[in-house]
Amino acid sequence: MPDIKLPCDVAGKVEEICDRHGNNPGELINILHEAQHIMGYLPEEMQRIVARKLGIPVSKVYGVVTFYAFFTMTAKGRYPVSVCMGTACYVRGSEKLLDEFKRILGIDVGQTTPDGKFSLDCLRCVGACGLAPVVMIGDKVYGRLQPVDVKRILDELE
Amino acid sequence: MPAGKHRKNMEEKQITLQIDHHFVTVPQGTTILDAAQKIGIDIPTLCHIDLKGTCIRNNPASCRICVVEIEGRRNLAPACATRCAQDMVVRTSTLRVMNARKIVAELILSDHPNECLTCPKAGDCELQNLALRFNIREMPFNGGELSQRKREVTASIVRNMDKCIFCRRCESVCNEVQTVGALGAIRRGFNTTIAPAFDKMMSESECTYCGQCVAVCPVGALTERDHTNRLVEDLADPEKVVIVQTAPAVRAAIGEEFGLPAGTLVTGKMVAALRELGFDYVFDTDFAADLTVMEEGAEMLDRLTRYLGGDRTVRLPILTSCCPAWVNFFEHQFPDMLDIPSTARSPQQMFGSIAKTWWAEKMGIPREKLVVVSIMPCLAKKYECDRDEFKTDGNPDVDYSLTTRELARLIKRANISFTLLPDMDFDQPLGASTGAGVIFGATGGVMEAALRTVYELYTGKTLKSVNFQNVRGMDGVRRASVDLDGFELKVGIAHGLGNARHLLEDIRHGRNEYHAIEIMACPGGCIGGGGQPLHHGHSEVLYARANALYKEDAGKTLRKSHENPYIRQLYSEFLGKPLSGTAEHLLHTHYFNKSI
Repeated sequence: MPDIKLPCDVAGKVEEICDRHGNNPGELINILHEAQHIMGYLPEEMQRIVARKLGIPVSKVYGVVTFYAFFTMTAKGRYPVSVCMGTACYVRGSEKLLDEFKRILGIDVGQTTPDGKFSLDCLRCVGACGLAPVVMIGDKVYGRLQPVDVKRILDELE
Repeated sequence: MPAGKHRKNMEEKQITLQIDHHFVTVPQGTTILDAAQKIGIDIPTLCHIDLKGTCIRNNPASCRICVVEIEGRRNLAPACATRCAQDMVVRTSTLRVMNARKIVAELILSDHPNECLTCPKAGDCELQNLALRFNIREMPFNGGELSQRKREVTASIVRNMDKCIFCRRCESVCNEVQTVGALGAIRRGFNTTIAPAFDKMMSESECTYCGQCVAVCPVGALTERDHTNRLVEDLADPEKVVIVQTAPAVRAAIGEEFGLPAGTLVTGKMVAALRELGFDYVFDTDFAADLTVMEEGAEMLDRLTRYLGGDRTVRLPILTSCCPAWVNFFEHQFPDMLDIPSTARSPQQMFGSIAKTWWAEKMGIPREKLVVVSIMPCLAKKYECDRDEFKTDGNPDVDYSLTTRELARLIKRANISFTLLPDMDFDQPLGASTGAGVIFGATGGVMEAALRTVYELYTGKTLKSVNFQNVRGMDGVRRASVDLDGFELKVGIAHGLGNARHLLEDIRHGRNEYHAIEIMACPGGCIGGGGQPLHHGHSEVLYARANALYKEDAGKTLRKSHENPYIRQLYSEFLGKPLSGTAEHLLHTHYFNKSI
């Protein structure tokens, strides 16, 4: 049996979430949704705990996690970068912006830098199309960015 | 109760509809597919499977091959999932229907490798058959094809997910029927694949190698690991003595591969074919099945006697351990109960163990020159031969195992006209068996065989009738009790791992009513094994095979394992008595915690 590498309190929190939903397999998506909030992602051990609590095969849990784009199995960086790929941002050059993030951070979409500082993702429209192209870093929104701005913004984050 | 009663009335209500100008009356709730079948209209299907009388079922209505036209409805409807209604008018072969089916098949083929010439499923592939039936002569669609999905060769199963058509049959069988939970659909769109959790290898998952996924896969995505070439080379090697053992269920099924009706017993022809192929000795796993009864029966009697003597540390019920997929299942899923199953090895392994010791010494054949091959209805047996505890200095007791299907392919390849062969007998001493050994191949058979021996050894009396009808049949879980001179022995039988799980969970929670339980992983027992000729959803094939085994049993003079003269010789010359030191060493095993 692989060691459960999760910190004890995290495992406990996951179990508590399952209990709160009555360990009902029908609540799987809601449970995963809440569980992802604990660490920002759903590591293997966490999925095994959910499967055991709900009495369903872990392959089912993993199937749901990989089906929905919202769920992720990669640990997010301290600064999660999300580049908007919605129509307005796209036509105003968000792809070039994304390429610049990839180049400077040396990672691809869905990955995290080895130091755990940044992770890179795409999203579809944050409802600020007037500021296109838009990038979100954590909860902060950056608008009307050009590729030249990328390095400065990243450097500003400690 | 009223709700149930109401439901029953609903089910009994008959409705009449029209399919292709034929009137048909069916119970309410019947699908168009089943109603059509009733009047001989064979609507093509692909994802659908319903092995009636068993719990094997997959009905996602996802492939749309079975679409039909229903008068008054705008869209075509899937026959497998649409219930009949009173006065419904259904057309199953209009131009619109035929075109739709063809396009559906063409779209499936657009994402399917064109490897039919070399595909192990060629000739027995449901997709290939549909392409033939729909007269598909070109591939009008291409693009979107993805050939980066996982391929894997395990000890038993070969997985080539490029060929997967996402019918989800394997997923249904693995999760709903067997409750193993090894296979599931992951990711989405063109990246979808069927795989164990975290996209791991099957060999790293809870897979038991029962092979039921292979038995239902309509295409070549899941197939058996093929050892025919290895066997051909060994047979051609003059330095090697190659012997074979055949499992009981093989003789009741292999005829199907040569056009004989299901349930045709071809024991004699099978023996003749194996001799033609060049095996030095043709033996029978049934001999080892008799031996299993002796050892497992002795263990059962030992536990019962101690229990009745007041020893409350005895673990009951005793569970059979002949089925290697079942062994894998409890090692993975019930590691806290490893002391409950019998320690007796499976007949395949008992055979190998005795062949490479007692028999090899008698014959003066060095272990390294002796090749023991088994013909099995099973895929888990391939994995079982490979387990380290069944090897001596790295040399396995059973070198490798072929399925019924592989043997049939080899017979065809060797230009042997199977149906024209004379009937021949097994070689001795390892080819002698009683009727008890034969019925091991059907669910309930191991228990019945054990009861015949346990009854006589326990009571000292002769059985009036050796037929224990109430342990036979196809119900998922069966119960029976046998009067052993005033002591009521309660036995249970389960086939299919999902049924086994229910019984095990009861035992885990202290709700046990049995003294002994037989468990087989596959529906119907070994006759429905993952290595058998494909049933293609026809459960009557399984019934016919089981009947064939009971017929062979009924025709035998000796029907109780302890009456097998060669088994007696084996004990008097070599083993001493059941559960002796030598017997424990060669015929028993131990189990491992494999929980993930």
